[in-house]
Amino acid sequence: MKGVEVNVERVSRSYGDFKALDDVSVKINKGEFFSLLGPSGCGKTTLLRIIAGFDYPDTGSVAFDNKDILPLPPDKRQSNTVFQTYALFPHLTVYENIAFPLRLRRVDKQTIESKVKEYVRLVQLEDHIYKKPSMLSGGQKQRVAIARALINEPRVLLLDEPLSALDAKLRQNLLVELDQIHDKVGITFIYVTHDQSEALSVSDRIAVMNKGKVLQIGTPYEIYEAPSTRFVAQFIGESNSFPCTVLSCEPYEEEYLIRVDVPALKGEVSVTDYEPQAIGASLDFTVRPEKVRISTNPPRTTAKELNTFKGIVDEPVYSGFQSKFYVKLEQEPSTQVKVFKQHTVFLEDGPDIEWKDTVYVSWTATDGYLVKDTDR
Amino acid sequence: MKKTLKPREREQLLGTIYGGPMGLWFTIFFTVPLGIIILYSFMKRGLYGGVEWEFTLTAYKQMFNPSFAMVVIRTLWISVLSTFLCILIAIPCGYAMAKSKHQTFLLFLIIIPFWTNSLIRIYAWISILSTEGFINSLLIRLGLIDEGLKLIYNNGAVVLVLIYMYLPFAILPLFTTIDKFDFSLLDAARDLGATKLGSIVRVMFPNIKSGLSTAFIFTFIPIFGAYTVPLLVGGKDSTMIGNIIVDQVSKTRNWPLASAFSMILTLISLIGVFWMLYNGKREQMQKEGGLKKTTQQALEHNVKAHHTHRGTK
Repeated sequence: MKGVEVNVERVSRSYGDFKALDDVSVKINKGEFFSLLGPSGCGKTTLLRIIAGFDYPDTGSVAFDNKDILPLPPDKRQSNTVFQTYALFPHLTVYENIAFPLRLRRVDKQTIESKVKEYVRLVQLEDHIYKKPSMLSGGQKQRVAIARALINEPRVLLLDEPLSALDAKLRQNLLVELDQIHDKVGITFIYVTHDQSEALSVSDRIAVMNKGKVLQIGTPYEIYEAPSTRFVAQFIGESNSFPCTVLSCEPYEEEYLIRVDVPALKGEVSVTDYEPQAIGASLDFTVRPEKVRISTNPPRTTAKELNTFKGIVDEPVYSGFQSKFYVKLEQEPSTQVKVFKQHTVFLEDGPDIEWKDTVYVSWTATDGYLVKDTDR
Repeated sequence: MKKTLKPREREQLLGTIYGGPMGLWFTIFFTVPLGIIILYSFMKRGLYGGVEWEFTLTAYKQMFNPSFAMVVIRTLWISVLSTFLCILIAIPCGYAMAKSKHQTFLLFLIIIPFWTNSLIRIYAWISILSTEGFINSLLIRLGLIDEGLKLIYNNGAVVLVLIYMYLPFAILPLFTTIDKFDFSLLDAARDLGATKLGSIVRVMFPNIKSGLSTAFIFTFIPIFGAYTVPLLVGGKDSTMIGNIIVDQVSKTRNWPLASAFSMILTLISLIGVFWMLYNGKREQMQKEGGLKKTTQQALEHNVKAHHTHRGTK
């Protein structure tokens, strides 16, 4: 494996009264595509700058393959960075920009030429090598930055929101390309982003951060389907989240079936969890909008695993492949339940559910989950 | 039929009109006197100053005199050394100002000396450097020396005071370009393996080139023509071209020779200005050319994408 294992242990960093990082520990495996995800100001960029060597932690340690790297200056670390603003050298051509790290190391001319050509091919910039950065588009600039960071053959590539300055379509294409480059070079990628869809689509694992703390580390699937805190549930994707109190808890197949009282829904909800919950515990009940079914007729079964609420469509939002419905509940009009419905069949007479329709929203106990409300 | 102008042409015409008063001012008070000096340098000297209207190259022949050659060489090395040191001091100053939170205050500090007449500031230096001056009396009182050091009336004092006089002219253009410099480029260079000094030399210097050349011209040209500083703090071996010109006008009364020396100064200054203009224009052309190219490429790219899209359908 060409990559390196990055071990961040109990790192804290404050700027005056502001705690940018608060006792952060992350272990990133060799060759992994690892994302640091969180809103702006959550500390993800600070952590990246500490790993790169542009900032230093107040306490804690950072190690590559168990070797402490904190005493090393940025130019002595086996990491290279792709900057958010590209940071291409405006006085150099694309070729010279990519050759810059090699020229610093006084590599001979022939080696430089063959290596630059190799990396130019990797990022598909063959036609632009003699241009200055000011003549390139945003996407091309970002490719130069990636090639320049990779040519030193670092063991870790640090990417600081590399796609945030690009438009949505280009971002998708570059993201796929980035994933392919990761597969080709096989080194560890640490990717900082505030865009949850970017993180979900390419990462092997994600660390969700907020207010200087790591809230959850897991695969995209785990993060989306089993968020551990209310913040994670709301930050990743969309969700219906309500405070609740545990009423009862009984074994159910290999899990537990829990009845909770949800004041916002003016009713009780069944939900399954892998862990038993104490009766009377205050938690957050969450269900993803795409897991909620919506229909104009009441569902046929009345099993206790199925939660059904009656309401009125307050706002339908049609967006082609799907519709979003904001449903106002009959027994509690101040609560809105979000429902996403995929349009899998073509309807001759237009949408089957419209504004002001009376509808039933339902979801099974296994689709909901309980999260700890540690962020409050 | 009345000729209608395109908006762009009209804008250009307006620009020319606005520039008119300044052009007139420069023609009357700058170009015409310069023409007179050129004319005088090719005339025969008048006995009591002034010129006689007779074409001759005597003035230029007189310049090739070993004692004048020494002065020209001295002027050159004093100017080059002072300019070089000025810029060397100004770079860290500009850097610190660009990074500082108190930019306005620091700019204010640099402008303060201009509130005082330059002659008075030179006299202030005399009182600092002279044998009974501030530095010497301080050193004697501290017991480090027994009698005053000879700090003034030599070339060292000339270089020192010249640097003092023209340092702001080097700091201001350097500060403005360094202020616009993207400091994340230094991070990038460090990240890619450059040392601290290496990142400054390889990445910052090429990107503040315009500031460096402006600072060079703003300091070199006035220093090259300086005459009060060598006159007041220099010794008898500190004469510069400026002093020769003054002597030739007021004492020797050889106006054609004074004009010829002025021509040398003007010529060297013009070379500097043209060099700066050429550099500026080249940079601009690169930028504009680049823009045109990218739009064209974007168009081509779109057309291609369109075709391939159609092709697959």
